[in-house]
Amino acid sequence: MKKEDKPPLSSGGTYKKRGKQTLSFTTTPYIASSYTVVGSKENEGPLQGSFHHVLQDNIWGESSWEKTEAKMMAFAVEEAIKLASWSQVEVDFFLAGDLLNQNITADYTARKVGIPFFGLFGACSTMAEGLILASILIDGAFAHRVVAAASSHHETAERQFRFPTELGVQRPMSAQWTVTGAGAVALASPEGICNQETHSDSSRQVRITHATIGKVIDLGVRDAADMGSAMAPAVTHTILRHLQDLNRRAEDYDLIVSGDLGLVGHKMSQQLLREEGVDLGPKYSDCGIMIFDPKKQDTHAGGSGCGCSATVVLGPLLKMMKEGLYDRILFVGSGALFSPTSFQQGESIPGIGHAVVLEA
Amino acid sequence: MEKVLIAFLIGGLICLFGQLLMDLTPVSISPAHILVGFVTGGSILSALGIYGPLVEVAGAGATVPLSGFGHALAQGSIAAVEKQGLLGAFAGGLEATAVGIAAAVIFGYTMAVIFDPKG
Amino acid sequence: MPYKFEELSAQDYDQKVQKIKPRPRVIKNAIWAFVVGGLFSALGQIIFFGYVGLGLTERDAVAATAATLIFLGALLTGLGLYDKIGKHAGAGSIIPITGFANAIVAPAMEYKREGYIFGVGAKMFSIAGPVLAYGITVSVLIGLVYYLFL
Repeated sequence: MKKEDKPPLSSGGTYKKRGKQTLSFTTTPYIASSYTVVGSKENEGPLQGSFHHVLQDNIWGESSWEKTEAKMMAFAVEEAIKLASWSQVEVDFFLAGDLLNQNITADYTARKVGIPFFGLFGACSTMAEGLILASILIDGAFAHRVVAAASSHHETAERQFRFPTELGVQRPMSAQWTVTGAGAVALASPEGICNQETHSDSSRQVRITHATIGKVIDLGVRDAADMGSAMAPAVTHTILRHLQDLNRRAEDYDLIVSGDLGLVGHKMSQQLLREEGVDLGPKYSDCGIMIFDPKKQDTHAGGSGCGCSATVVLGPLLKMMKEGLYDRILFVGSGALFSPTSFQQGESIPGIGHAVVLEA
Repeated sequence: MEKVLIAFLIGGLICLFGQLLMDLTPVSISPAHILVGFVTGGSILSALGIYGPLVEVAGAGATVPLSGFGHALAQGSIAAVEKQGLLGAFAGGLEATAVGIAAAVIFGYTMAVIFDPKG
Repeated sequence: MPYKFEELSAQDYDQKVQKIKPRPRVIKNAIWAFVVGGLFSALGQIIFFGYVGLGLTERDAVAATAATLIFLGALLTGLGLYDKIGKHAGAGSIIPITGFANAIVAPAMEYKREGYIFGVGAKMFSIAGPVLAYGITVSVLIGLVYYLFL
């Protein structure tokens, strides 16, 4: 039997995959609550005042940056659970990841909260990956309540991936600034959300309706100071795939936002999209661009890190959706999948983009 | 005073050269590459008899940049060979730069112990 | 069917990237590097005159000047100021011997939490180590060449 002759796998009935890479949820998970913790610099940018908790300084009373990051993630998770009016034992699964070796921040957070745990690594796309997997768990009726989290910390990332912070070096203009931030989101099935009375305020409920799982694309970028260019093709691919799989157009979304392409990668992504005949216009933005003011804050190409999209999406964007500013957002988490070792050995940087549809 | 001005000019020009090297070459050059390059470059220029005259003219303008460290290594090695023969090739460089290296280790260690990174 | 950009070769994509990538601020960087590098050198010259005035031989005064500048570079790093200078000055603060001190203190301080042997002791040479390795190697080679051929 030749390859083409194989009968197609079933795609009707309860099958939830659409097109090549997109999932369509039937029991759409609700966002019961979210909580974001950011450093002071992140709150001095254009999104000032829209995060839940702002650190006075980047060490937060701990004895190492790594401990601070773990404290941030744990705090975000605990507060998100509190906001959802759940207790930790009522949460079925905890999905989390970060940028440090072996996902140590998430591991320590999981140790603290004691919820059955999956460690995720999607580099800076981890929040999107967590949202998708949590939604699959809920829609698949494996869980009623799932908490997903992601974090990054400027100082822990700098020392792992680049230089010690006190070394007098110039950052290239294409380099991005790792966001100090942690975001946690509590997702629930319609049944799991239960504590309706606490959600009886006028704000609208946000659901996750679709997700497009990205594939890894690597066009050979080796420069760790230009991760935007490394990730742009993968993000672009996911956006095009998403629109094609659901037969949707840009007009179907109020906002399409990438994770941390930054000024360089975002420009590249726009160009690649145009070459495919898709022009998203001003509707297409990027969390890394939104979070900092490059002129005032000396952040060059913008923010990056798991904490970048985690805090921007779960803080300001979710808030705007609840207030009715946006009805449907396509969030494409972007990840540069490299390690300090692969970089030192001169290997190129594989990129990925995972897309999630948020609907109010 | 004139000497100070010359030191400023020559020292500045050497750093300017390093900066242009970093900004105008397509490959990314890290500070470690720059430091290694200037030390070895300074040594070789010194052995070729080019760096010595520059030090005569520029004083600290040529000895403060790390190429001056290379110069001290090379001249130490050559002088020791003249005095001790073959063994001098091994001893001379470090002997001539011992003060600088020991200072770097001891001050470096002390500061690292006293202070914490500010981030 | 794959999208057009998926089939781009690394060279073709790099060409696209280079068109978009912001250039370094060459003129501004150059001026900063020149001025700061020059100032460190001028300061060295003044310290040198000071030591000569105290009666040191020229040779000793050069070494003492280097040690003093190293102390200064280490102190500025400890106080968290050297990286702020370096952000603007680039090579102007890397190449003077103060930059060598910065390259020792910055990693040593950053890795103190990994202990005094594998943290401070090992990491202080993460950048200075290569400098010494190549510097010493070249100086020995120069000595050997001088011994054999001259």
